[in-house]
Amino acid sequence: MNNKVKRRTGWVVFYIFVVIYVLLLLLPFIWQFLTSVKPLNEIAEMPAKWIPSAFNIQFYINVFTKHPFARYMLNSLIVALSATLLSIAVGATAAYALSRLHFKGRKVLLMTILGVSMFPTIATLSPLYLILKNMKLLNTYQGLILTYISFSLPMAIWLMSNFFSQLDKGYEEAAAIDGCSYMQTFFRIMLPLIRPATFSVGLLVFINCWNEYLYALTFMSQESMRTVPVGIALFPSNYQLPWGDMAAASIVCTVPLILLVLIFQKNIVAGLTTGGMKG
Amino acid sequence: MPKEVPRQVYLPRYFYKDDRIRCGAMKKKKLQSQKKEVRTAWIMMAPALIVLGLMQGYPIVRTFWLSFHEMNLKRPQSGFPLVGLANYAKVFTDSRAGVNILFTLKFTVVTVLLELLIGFIAALIMNRAFKGRGIVRAAILVPWAIPTSVSAMMWKFIYNDQYGMFNDILYRLGIIKEYKAWLSTSSGSFMALVITDVWKTAPYMALLILAGLQMIDDGLYESAKLDGANVIQRFTKITLPVARQSLLVALLFRTMDAFRVFDLINVMTGGANGTESIAMYSYKQLMTFLDFGYGSALAIMIFLLVFIIGLIYMFFLRNDLAAD
Repeated sequence: MNNKVKRRTGWVVFYIFVVIYVLLLLLPFIWQFLTSVKPLNEIAEMPAKWIPSAFNIQFYINVFTKHPFARYMLNSLIVALSATLLSIAVGATAAYALSRLHFKGRKVLLMTILGVSMFPTIATLSPLYLILKNMKLLNTYQGLILTYISFSLPMAIWLMSNFFSQLDKGYEEAAAIDGCSYMQTFFRIMLPLIRPATFSVGLLVFINCWNEYLYALTFMSQESMRTVPVGIALFPSNYQLPWGDMAAASIVCTVPLILLVLIFQKNIVAGLTTGGMKG
Repeated sequence: MPKEVPRQVYLPRYFYKDDRIRCGAMKKKKLQSQKKEVRTAWIMMAPALIVLGLMQGYPIVRTFWLSFHEMNLKRPQSGFPLVGLANYAKVFTDSRAGVNILFTLKFTVVTVLLELLIGFIAALIMNRAFKGRGIVRAAILVPWAIPTSVSAMMWKFIYNDQYGMFNDILYRLGIIKEYKAWLSTSSGSFMALVITDVWKTAPYMALLILAGLQMIDDGLYESAKLDGANVIQRFTKITLPVARQSLLVALLFRTMDAFRVFDLINVMTGGANGTESIAMYSYKQLMTFLDFGYGSALAIMIFLLVFIIGLIYMFFLRNDLAAD
């Protein structure tokens, strides 16, 4: 009996912790959402009014009419999606070669690629700026896409080579006996085997590209070419601290990511933890 | 049947001749196939290596090169001479750089320690089977998934001196007597940045640590329990050693990231009140003052410091792997 009570209080304490933690994680979003639907005069009310008296969608209309926010989202989508697809395509073949084929300098090459990701973005920024300027690729999708591919490749290659090296050696031996070339083995057998993992890696790469700030800030100076993270950060400099608009904008750009996370939770976790485990 | 006789011993040499030729042919074939393998490998890596070389490799080398030159676009008449380590020497005499490096170190240590602590607790929570675990895991991923600049913007509003949530909650709880302008003091800004960073990345840490915890066999805990080990003993003797590797990896990633912090501070405080990180200063030197030589030297310094941090962790990880 006593034990049962003890165990039950244990669970209650545990759940209180869980609820507090989840609340702390979500509170900023809740606050932001409430702000975004408050009537204008209630935002500045002191003490703060948590529950708005009326449901106001004006800020959401502002986001799309006063600011080129739809354009920002389109820019982000085009750049992040293209960069993801291309870096997965380019990265998968490289990861296969680096993890399953035998050649001199394989380990060194893999370490070098990983080492590239240790350089801060800032260390490649100015030369890249000059390269893109010379190639007339500033303020173009191609320029940022190319940059993002190179910026995601180390991670994509590293994660995918981890997935590849977990596969059984028997597949390749069987393929070789059947007379498959290395390329055929890769495209017909190995690639289909790691397709789910590729999807996880793709999600991580997409989120990374979607969230990237420094390159986008520097290479896309025209307002019409800005991506979401830069566009939001530069809201206040163009207009006088429009808190309501900003709250609405942050909700608009957060919702797709929340949906992405909810739907693909398992894939994301799989991608994240593989990278971590193998170190 | 000669095949059943151990040939090396009983058969005359010429018996092998045919075999030898065949062996040679096979060797040749194997060699050919090896060559083919090497060639295929390079073909498959070529696209990635070209992109990486052009868009990351070359810029890195170029930044190194620039860091040894005087190159200020505002003074083109200088002719961009080679100045050796002068730019690096300047880092040590430039007090702003010194202050920024110290601030970045402080930020890194405080955030990473807090993230480790909170991430570990969160991982322990999620390692238990309970109702609603899926929801917790999803909630944990959301801060991680949103852009840093967006979370910085959100929190900036939360810290607002007049209508921010932070003041409101602390006031209602009786922790503060009056509303404070958190982002206009140095300690307030530091605290605000730390909270925002921890909020955003402790969940990521939790996931990495959780993956390590899940490798622990439940049977270990059961048998330890039977042997009379208490909760704390079970934690220090089983949980910590097994989760050590994933802990170190998570720490490594986070430390390197925290040291390169840019987005968060740039959006939230713009570097005001002594919150300028070394990456921000490097950015200003490069893109505002157009001092490519000195800015590049600062960027390389960040890399060197990150590299040293990485090496230290690698040292611990290596010991770990050797022990396995």
